[in-house]
Amino acid sequence: MINMKKPFSLQLDPDAFRPATAEEKEYISRMRPSSTFFRDGWKRLMKNKVATVSMILIIVITLSCILIPLFWPYSYDAMLGVRPGKPVDSSFNNLAPFTYGKTELKRIEEGESVFPHIFGTDAHGRDYFIRIVFGTRISLAVGFFASIIVLLIGLIIGSIAGYAGGKVDLFIMRIVDIIYSLPDMLVIILLAVVLGRVLNLEGTILEKIGSNIISMFIVFGLLYWVSMARLIRGQILSLREQEYVLSARATGAKGSWIIRKHLLPNCISVIIISTALQIPNAIFTESFLSFLGLGVNAPMPSLGSLASDALNGLNTYTYRLIIPAAVICLIVLSLNLFGDGLRDAFDPKLNA
Amino acid sequence: MSENKNDILLDVRGLKQYFPINTGFLKTRPLKAVDDVSFTIRRGETLGLVGESGCGKTTVGRTILHLYQPTAGEIRYDGQLIESKQSIREFRKKATMVFQDPYSSLNPRMTVSDIVAEPLDVHELCRTKQEREERVLELLGYVGLNSEHASRYAHEFSGGQRQRIGIARALAVNPEFIVCDEPVSALDVSIQAQVINMFDDLQDRLGLTYLFIAHDLLVVRHISDRIAVMYLGKLVELADADEIYRHPLHPYSRSLLSAVPLPDPKKARANKRIVLSGDIPSPLNAPSGCPFRTRCRYATEQCAQSMPELKDEGAGHLVACHRLKEIGD
Ligand SMILES: Nc1ncnc2c1ncn2[C@@H]1O[C@H](COP(=O)(O)OP(=O)(O)OP(=O)(O)O)[C@@H](O)[C@H]1O
Ligand code: SF4
Ligand SMILES: [Mg+2]
Repeated sequence: MINMKKPFSLQLDPDAFRPATAEEKEYISRMRPSSTFFRDGWKRLMKNKVATVSMILIIVITLSCILIPLFWPYSYDAMLGVRPGKPVDSSFNNLAPFTYGKTELKRIEEGESVFPHIFGTDAHGRDYFIRIVFGTRISLAVGFFASIIVLLIGLIIGSIAGYAGGKVDLFIMRIVDIIYSLPDMLVIILLAVVLGRVLNLEGTILEKIGSNIISMFIVFGLLYWVSMARLIRGQILSLREQEYVLSARATGAKGSWIIRKHLLPNCISVIIISTALQIPNAIFTESFLSFLGLGVNAPMPSLGSLASDALNGLNTYTYRLIIPAAVICLIVLSLNLFGDGLRDAFDPKLNA
Repeated sequence: MSENKNDILLDVRGLKQYFPINTGFLKTRPLKAVDDVSFTIRRGETLGLVGESGCGKTTVGRTILHLYQPTAGEIRYDGQLIESKQSIREFRKKATMVFQDPYSSLNPRMTVSDIVAEPLDVHELCRTKQEREERVLELLGYVGLNSEHASRYAHEFSGGQRQRIGIARALAVNPEFIVCDEPVSALDVSIQAQVINMFDDLQDRLGLTYLFIAHDLLVVRHISDRIAVMYLGKLVELADADEIYRHPLHPYSRSLLSAVPLPDPKKARANKRIVLSGDIPSPLNAPSGCPFRTRCRYATEQCAQSMPELKDEGAGHLVACHRLKEIGD
């Protein structure tokens, strides 16, 4: 009789009210496989095409500027026209892409194979391609290490301010405000000029790196930690009030335990994201300073100084400006896009 | 339960907790979150602590556990003054806390077994991994969770389950005394009863003593032996649970009780609801004298001048009000 249910009747189907069998209960109570925060985030990151492509680009660029110099037959500072005991062969200067100097042409006629100058040579007869690769290497390294410096200083000062709170916090934050309000480009230029003269590196291992890069690191260390410190202080400040931190204190956990187990794991994603976004910033500043002649010391190339050198022959050799500029754009853009992707994937506020 | 002195597990005397509030550059004013609160809890008993939001219940619980350094007052546990570093450290193995918010009280980056085992790790109570694992499973068993839950992260659980995890963590060190800070107010009504029953069962099984905080009387009635009513940082009434239900004396407790829905419609109709006018004043500018006077129907000049003492009105029913006689029934 129940099977003949009328459309408007209030009759209920008793089948729907039978107690669940053990199997059904099991089915309902089975949970999805556990996944960690980082696995979740990684999955989300991989779904973001722009970020994935950027990441691959960054990896390819980084690997190639580490690996290419290992087998490339030319070195970044060798002037090909200069040979010991012989007059300078100016035919090597300002070669167009895929052309050769006099001695090289002779060798080709003799049947030897000569490695091509893909981007030609510069005004001093140096292989331009390897200089670009080296410049990229320098720029990436500066960006990376500058970000590490910024991270370390910002992390330490920010966590002290956030964890100590009170007067210490007030004092540190006023200093941060002061540094924040300085026009940073002006300070960078002034510091770079002064430090470049004052620093005496002769005889130290740092000599090879050059005083300009050292002063650049100092500039980064002095100026750019503030936003990182602010960020980390804010994080720690809000995490400190979380009840799980109180709970840890209620069980008698010490400060180091709380920082290690609760505070750092919960702000690690923010730290990684903002460090990733700091790198393109530093690369841009480095290129900018090098372009002004305050960056790396010659003959060491960087993308900025290469672009700056290219200004001399701008009309004839336009590509010498375009190539480093394009590489800077590519690196900065893909790092920024990757950083944004990281934030979308790992920002805890978005996936609560 | 006998009135024997030795039965008193926790003795709180004149507890004060003032928070410095910034009112300008380098200028502060004290916010009297808890102002001169005294009570005792007997071994095996549950003391319910009720009051409106912001009246300082959480602060009482946290100050007792020395999460905040008390501004003034004494806390004695088992006859011992809890003050020195050493005594606080020992105290932490005997007294724990279940927190108000099941969401922020569990670290999202830790697995359930790490969360539950945290007190064990901090106090180094387990020598081997095996021992730790077994203990975690035992604790999860107490609160109706199982080994399948142990390796998961807190965000995979419902509010009720999270609160159970929090309870398991509070049980980890084999405590005698637990401060339960509104453990059910963030939960669905249907789950509230379950969790409260679980507290009851655990108390019987493990011989626990509770300070059970809640913001409405209905929740604590069932579980509490005695109930303390708090208003604006002060205790206004303290009595046996049934006594406070049958004969609330303080005007504030009466209004709280009149707001409790009654199951019998006849009684409910007869019951005149006392609606409190106005809001609870900010503890930053608390009224002089009786804290309740701004909302009390019976307030007089005297109420503004002096703070009424908490007086015994017979059979351990403590009330702080000047005009009990005049108010009558
Ligand atoms: N750490 C703190 N610093 C400053 N003021 C505080 C602090 N903790 C609490 N307060 C203040 O103390 C008063 C009492 O707060 P408390 O959290 O104890 O109230 P509560 O009774 O637990 O309320 P609820 O029912 O909302 O949890 C509030 O006015 C609050 O703003
Ligand atoms: S002391 Fe006065 S104001 Fe306070 S509750 Fe009693 S009658 Fe009301
Ligand atoms: Mg509270």
